[in-house]
Amino acid sequence: MDYFVELFFSGLTRGSIYALIALGYTMVYGIIGLINFAHGEIYMIGAFTSFVVASVLSIMGLPLLAIIVLAGLAAAIWASAYGYTIEKIAYKPLRNAPRLSPLISAIGMSIFLQNYVLLAQTSNFLPFPELIPDFEFLEPIAHIIGTTDIVILLTTAVSMIALLILIKFTRMGKAMRATAQDKTMARLVGINVDRVISNTFIVGSALAAIGGMLIASHVGQINFYIGFIAGIKAFTAAVLGGIGSIPGAVLGGFILGLTESFATGYVSSDYEDVFAFSLLVLILLFKPAGLLGKSSIEKV
Amino acid sequence: MNFAEIRRALGVALWFVFLTFPLMVIRVDSIESTIEWRWMNMLWVAVGSFALSLLTSWYFRRREAAVGKVSDKPPLAVRLRTWTADPARRLPLFGALAAFAIVFPFLFSSYQTNIMTTALMYVVLGLGLNIVVGLAGLLDLGYVAFYAVGAYSYALLNTHFGLGFWTVLPIGAALAALFGILLGFPVLRLRGDYLAIVTLAFGEIIRLVLENWNDFSQGPSGISNIERPALFGIELTLNQSITYLYFLMLLMVIITIFVVNRLQDSRIGRAWLALREDDIACQAMGIDKTKTKLTAFALGATWAGMVGVIFAAKTTFINPASFTFLESAIILAIVVLGGMGSILGVIIGAFILILLPEYLRALADYRMLAFGAILVTMMIFRPQGIIANVRRTYQFTRKDA
Repeated sequence: MDYFVELFFSGLTRGSIYALIALGYTMVYGIIGLINFAHGEIYMIGAFTSFVVASVLSIMGLPLLAIIVLAGLAAAIWASAYGYTIEKIAYKPLRNAPRLSPLISAIGMSIFLQNYVLLAQTSNFLPFPELIPDFEFLEPIAHIIGTTDIVILLTTAVSMIALLILIKFTRMGKAMRATAQDKTMARLVGINVDRVISNTFIVGSALAAIGGMLIASHVGQINFYIGFIAGIKAFTAAVLGGIGSIPGAVLGGFILGLTESFATGYVSSDYEDVFAFSLLVLILLFKPAGLLGKSSIEKV
Repeated sequence: MNFAEIRRALGVALWFVFLTFPLMVIRVDSIESTIEWRWMNMLWVAVGSFALSLLTSWYFRRREAAVGKVSDKPPLAVRLRTWTADPARRLPLFGALAAFAIVFPFLFSSYQTNIMTTALMYVVLGLGLNIVVGLAGLLDLGYVAFYAVGAYSYALLNTHFGLGFWTVLPIGAALAALFGILLGFPVLRLRGDYLAIVTLAFGEIIRLVLENWNDFSQGPSGISNIERPALFGIELTLNQSITYLYFLMLLMVIITIFVVNRLQDSRIGRAWLALREDDIACQAMGIDKTKTKLTAFALGATWAGMVGVIFAAKTTFINPASFTFLESAIILAIVVLGGMGSILGVIIGAFILILLPEYLRALADYRMLAFGAILVTMMIFRPQGIIANVRRTYQFTRKDA
């Protein structure tokens, strides 16, 4: 039973990270109908930025809490800046191009960013500093769920609630929903669609960066390649929940995380990634619209 | 160049300095607890982005000035075609090319020949992917999986059953085609972007299985001592066999060009083009979408399978690391750079992307960075590629003009 509960919580932790990244995919897809291939790279850049900032600050001897807050802030700011810039360079000029063009451009961007980090930093795995200490009062349940897991779950929950408030109750969120529904109509009622798209990239990137920092401190090491696999998995989560749907991305993330956790725990850990990819193929085969997505019929 | 453009470029340079600051300037050695500040990199970023910004605004200004003016020069591909249509020019040109290709291995060292063989392999891979992406318009990001199927079928059949190269070549091709159909079935209903991701996942699944299924594929350590191809039972020395493989590849390229060229103008080729342009209209014209998509996948995969067999025979050692997503990305970059759907374009693209990094060894580290950048810049500035694929049209010229 303990093993089951342990797997369950580790699945939740994984799932919440997938959900954080999947939100970025789903928001961008909802608004411009593009799979942002470079989103996984944003997550990786977020993790790297927080690594650099946290290391510099800890060498300077700042207290742990300040390091966590500043590193998280830096990761979110820089990842957002990257997301914004990528949209301006690689996607905006292609907004009216054939469907394949922005997709190829996105793949190119993803390869470019991977190699940029490889050349600017290193190709080796870097040990990520342990940012979150083990709290003593959690000692009795430490064998089931670690402190980092709890911190990750809480941070994810807070980020998601913040996102929900942003989308439901602010002007920007309203503009985002309007743009997602109908871009032309949104422009007609005076919404600056270009700015809404930029904002979407900024918000999505910040969420991915937070996910990147959390998972890096959980796993304990980072590498320029982590964004690729995480990106495909988060995309799987987004598709599973129904791409374009925000609650769907969260649900999809948790389902994927739990599936992976139980499959690796009970079947085999060698094929961890194969489970996720097979799940992706299966959903697209049987329910391409996802769990909460609307299936749309293409009209001429 | 005006003041506004310079001011804009300065802004862009500042933005990129900020953007690249944590990753380009700072490097932390967390074991030694030392920080390295690389201020020179900041200077490079600033100068580079400033220049690039000026360059793009110059380009866009020029393009805007050209709007409205109809250029009387036909596209490059058409000019090339008209130029080579004249037999008096075509025969010497093709003769010279053929002569150069034949004497190449005797003029240059076996190292050079080896590189050229690799380039030829990518030409065939590019032409194969071109069927799927360029003609049928299906973005396949797992193309390398078929290449792996070919390579592993030769490696396994050779080590376990002692089957020779020539026996496995058709088997490898057939197996790859079978995998193409296997992949094709589930993705038939998917639209462009979903298709891309599923093919990517498929490619990764194949690689991960090869990596983890030790009893079958010997895992990450790979399979070594694969036989080189034999020439009518004659034992070849290493150098001879390199030359032999070169000619084999050359022959393969010629056959591929011939077949793809004929396919393009065939019934199925026209169906692919129709599918690429508009799949609803294509269905309305009574084209069987399922069959058309499956043949595109199967035929594209066949070439990858054959090249895979040759690859295993050439290197005599294969492991899953040769079949990562990056390989698919390189082949895609070849097709995109050369021009989707254009045979000549893909050939040129393969030579540029494979030979250039070989001869510019100093820049080898920047190879993948450049490939990524090429994909983005080509899409923005020249989506049709170096040699645009132009529909065949009749041209009438007045004799007395």
